[in-house]
Amino acid sequence: MSAREHDPLVIAGRSFGSRLIVGTGKFSSGEAMRDALVASGTQMVTVALRRVDLDATGGPDILSFIDLDRYLLLPNTSGAMTAEEAVRLARLARAMELPTWIKLEVTPDPRYLLPDPIETLKAAEILVAEGFTVLPYINADPVLAKRLEEAGCATVMPLGAWIGSNLGVRTRDAVRIIVEQAEIPVVVDAGIGAPSHAAEAMELGVDCVLVNTAIAVARDPARMARAFRSAVEAGREAYLAGLAPARDAADASSPLTGFLDPMSPLSG
Amino acid sequence: MPVTRSFAAELADTPVRDLAAFSAGASDADVTRALARTAGERDLWDFAALLSPAASARLEEVARESRRLTERRFGKTVHMYAPVYLSNECLTTCTYCGFAKDLDIVRRTLTVAEAVREARALAARGFRHLLLLTGEHQRLTGVDYLAQALRALGAVVPQLSIEVQVWSEDEYRLLAAAGCDGVVIYQETYDRATYADYHVAGKKRDYAWRIEGPERAGRAGIRRLGVGALLGLHEPWREDAIATAAHARFLTRRFWRSEVSVSTPRIRPSASGYTPRAVVEDRELAQLVCALRLYLPDAGVVMSSREAAAFRDALVPLGVTHTSAGSHTEPGGYTEPGGAEGQFEVNDTRPPDEVARALAARGFDVVWKDWDPAMRDTALAR
Repeated sequence: MSAREHDPLVIAGRSFGSRLIVGTGKFSSGEAMRDALVASGTQMVTVALRRVDLDATGGPDILSFIDLDRYLLLPNTSGAMTAEEAVRLARLARAMELPTWIKLEVTPDPRYLLPDPIETLKAAEILVAEGFTVLPYINADPVLAKRLEEAGCATVMPLGAWIGSNLGVRTRDAVRIIVEQAEIPVVVDAGIGAPSHAAEAMELGVDCVLVNTAIAVARDPARMARAFRSAVEAGREAYLAGLAPARDAADASSPLTGFLDPMSPLSG
Repeated sequence: MPVTRSFAAELADTPVRDLAAFSAGASDADVTRALARTAGERDLWDFAALLSPAASARLEEVARESRRLTERRFGKTVHMYAPVYLSNECLTTCTYCGFAKDLDIVRRTLTVAEAVREARALAARGFRHLLLLTGEHQRLTGVDYLAQALRALGAVVPQLSIEVQVWSEDEYRLLAAAGCDGVVIYQETYDRATYADYHVAGKKRDYAWRIEGPERAGRAGIRRLGVGALLGLHEPWREDAIATAAHARFLTRRFWRSEVSVSTPRIRPSASGYTPRAVVEDRELAQLVCALRLYLPDAGVVMSSREAAAFRDALVPLGVTHTSAGSHTEPGGYTEPGGAEGQFEVNDTRPPDEVARALAARGFDVVWKDWDPAMRDTALAR
């Protein structure tokens, strides 16, 4: 088997066979979420810390639907509006003895949930110093991506489009630059609304995608999760195989430089 | 000095009557235009068109778009909260309210210890978000009392909102520091003349002070701002619906860090014996919920247990995002039901677990906890 066929995703020294991370919000029930996670083949699942309730009385807590032997739990700080709030949430995860891998989200605007680059960098620096494995959600900003890499983040997670929009990889050109420059894995997070979007991101050379809304609100979430699994694998294969470049016109039938050919009547 | 205007000034320049008249006479083409635009592009004229009798004839189409936007933004979930009435003492004379000053009812103000008992009873039933309510009594339920209650209840549940009299910006800062995450203020009616008819005495007479309440709360860094008009007070009710939508859009722009929600309460029978001036039919209320969603795609839409069980359940997929269950509107009602007079008669009396099961049967998961005090950042206050 060639090196390229054995193709794990490695984040912070840990290998993952799946290149799909799945979010746990917006599902119609814990059971629907659990089935979708299984069907997706994912090995990493993200949960909003603000929703975790280890003493839940209204019904089972969200964590009770996630098999922690099967998936690496990636607690996230969604809802945090400042670095300070995100750091406090991350410490809460540690206090709850959850994994110290943190998906860092600092989103002061509750509508588009766009990440605050300044607060995100501040929080990342603090959390890395405290020993967390930090996976920050960012706008598709190549310079910020490098700054976070230098700060010691395990990945960068640029958005394809705003959270929940299902618009696809609208930030394609910036993501391509991030991939080109990155020395850590690049995860496209947010905006992936269809398996074709996930495949497109993977074809660009990103290492992994994160999907939530598109699976959670599908008519059949488990089936959609399976579709995403296939699309991520297809996109990755296409990237590794080397895509034929797209052309906007057919090749000219008479070469423009034919006159330089030794056989040309014009030469010699 | 801020260069921006208050909502009172903006509303004065908003042609609410013209918008309502346009809504009453909107054509099918107006509805088509409003439907064709994207959510972010829709203006108040589009909202009026979506609220029109012409759009009522196309309610199914409007509802489908509303469901699509709601699912995309909120998924298949509904947030659950419970109201906790701390007091029914009141110095105002709102003629439509069961707590009004001159009514001969059993009055009660909970001590902080009693409030904690209520909160514990609710927490045991699953609730993690409580909305604290009082009448308007400066001495008995002032800002110090509320701050004490917030601090004590903050140890019981992670999320607390208030729906009480309006305060100054500094007072809201104090309440935020005590653990208040959300402020709900019903303007009751946005029509100045109608407002003056109902609020003849007491502090609540001051229309401007009340309408600017959400702005003061927003400036104090309160993260969730809720507005609404009490539908039925003003005829035509569409004027109040239009002003409410304008208010929510204003707050969304101005306080871009805060979540804005809209309630659509209809007047319920109470000790006041009040008869509404306008009647909002079920179909009209459903249309209003959908129109709000199409105009405010990210706003929370709150539906309390004022409404009947079957109607509430059916409205959830159409755009409702927050709901209460098993509610008592009398102070102390969760631990000693009937010990004092309630503000109004609750319509949907099902206990919370039954509501949760009914919603699950419709494909919706109840979110009990969606906030953690670890995120409470009082330094945010601006």
